Amino acid sequence: MKRQADNTRFIRLWQLALLVGVFVFWHVMTKPGLVPPLFFDNDRQAAFFFGEPLKIAARIWAWFVTNADIYRHLVITLTETLLAFGIGSVLGLAMGLWLALSPTASAVLEPYITAANSMPRIILAPIFAVWFGLGVASKVALGVTLVFFIVFFNVYQGVKEVSPVVLANARMLGASRKQLLRHVYLPSATSWVFSSLHTSVGLAFVGAVVGEYLGSSQGVGYLILQAEGSFDINTVMAGILVLTGFALLLDALVGRIERRLMKWQPREAQTEKL
Amino acid sequence: MPTAAALTLNGVACTFASRDDPSQRYTAVSDVTLTVGAGEFVAVVGPTGCGKSTLLNVAAGLLAPSAGVVQVFGNQLEGINRRAGYMFQADSLMPWRTAQQNVMAGLEFRGVALTDARVQADEWLKRVGLGGFGGRYPHQLSGGMKKRTSLAQTLALDPDIILMDEPFSALDIQTRQLMENEVLALWSAGERRAAPSSPSAPRATQGPLQGLGGRREAQGGQERKAVLFITHDLDEAIAMSDRVIVMSAGPASRPIGEFAVDLARPRDVAEIKTSQRFVELHAAIWAVLRDEVLKGYAQQLQVKAA
Repeated sequence: MKRQADNTRFIRLWQLALLVGVFVFWHVMTKPGLVPPLFFDNDRQAAFFFGEPLKIAARIWAWFVTNADIYRHLVITLTETLLAFGIGSVLGLAMGLWLALSPTASAVLEPYITAANSMPRIILAPIFAVWFGLGVASKVALGVTLVFFIVFFNVYQGVKEVSPVVLANARMLGASRKQLLRHVYLPSATSWVFSSLHTSVGLAFVGAVVGEYLGSSQGVGYLILQAEGSFDINTVMAGILVLTGFALLLDALVGRIERRLMKWQPREAQTEKL
Repeated sequence: MPTAAALTLNGVACTFASRDDPSQRYTAVSDVTLTVGAGEFVAVVGPTGCGKSTLLNVAAGLLAPSAGVVQVFGNQLEGINRRAGYMFQADSLMPWRTAQQNVMAGLEFRGVALTDARVQADEWLKRVGLGGFGGRYPHQLSGGMKKRTSLAQTLALDPDIILMDEPFSALDIQTRQLMENEVLALWSAGERRAAPSSPSAPRATQGPLQGLGGRREAQGGQERKAVLFITHDLDEAIAMSDRVIVMSAGPASRPIGEFAVDLARPRDVAEIKTSQRFVELHAAIWAVLRDEVLKGYAQQLQVKAA
């Protein structure tokens, strides 16, 4: 047990060292005047293309503490993400259940589903901007199209792979069609949904940011777009780092919910710690 | 006592069309006629792949026969057999429900109030020896414990007929004998109470295994449950049942022998195997079964070669 804890600490230490190393390298290579330019004509160019970690940190600090002006944008982006994620998941779940349980509908719609899934859906963003305006709705719509298919395919698969024995058993125990849906298909599909949740929450985030980037008046994607317009690479990088941080946070949140709801699933280590 | 048998299969045949080529047909069972009397324990043995499970699925109403009729207490069966409980060979517990939630599932489906169902489920878990395990999920239970949970799940609904499809084949031999004895004890608990000839006799429901079919008594029905038990293990079949039916090798397998097992009850499945009568019965049934087993084996080899 102690060894395992040591091992975890060892890994964490290395992860931290790697992070620090990357930033130090970044800093050394971009700080004008620190090392002679290796690839560029003058020593300001590296900073222009890659930004400087210290200035990026100052930018983030200003956003969160001194100016405290990022929260408005963050709230917008996160709202879009959560809405896209929620709506997309519910739609995917409903559609997946319906098609999996209705072979005729599934046979009829199959080519359309395949077509819709293989279409590069990011390209829909301008259309959604025309339909829903430059506000939150168009970003949510884009995120929904991304999340929907992930959840849909997983639910569809999940329902198809319900153990026939468990199903027969539930029928023998007297479950009606509705009860089968509620007590067998849905829980079985849910486990598949959860396995896709990490992907779909990430895609919801992508939908929101890309949507903002393509046309909006607020949100973190908008901040990045603005900075890019004035060649402010430090702010662009700062925006990217903030987005990455929040993506990690969302992922951790999903992991936590998953562990709570999926406790019936076997895990590798089932021994109790003494 | 109702005169109608608990379960009657009359001229039942099951033909499956191949999924790849509908012109290819496979007849699993054909012309099967068998009867399970109320309160009778009938075992069906046969070589592997002889369609024993198909037969059970027909009796359960999960599978409609291609020909023939299934009757349950005199009524023709349509759809799921509501008076039967089914113990499957494979894991049949819902993995997202705890043992307790699994046992109460059937009651829940039938609209019993949740608090009521929970109490009954706990009682059944206690009765199958899983008193403290109600909160465990199936993956936290051993194979034997899962089977016990399945048994409790089936019995909690108080079915008149129990269908068992090699329920203990996946268990190790010790656990298996324990389970067999426990099933016999639970099954014959009804008999013990039925022993007083008058139905109005005081409830002789002492002992830990009491109460099997208590509600049935109020309805004035029979006490013991009819059991149709499928197995490939002849020892198990003889040790547990009142009657052993031997199936021929597939395809188109059908009953080819029937033996009444006149061993005294209560039985201990381990001890009874040494009794003289058991050995005689075993020899007699095996004489019929052996040829079929060889036939079935030869056919499987042919299929593999083809």
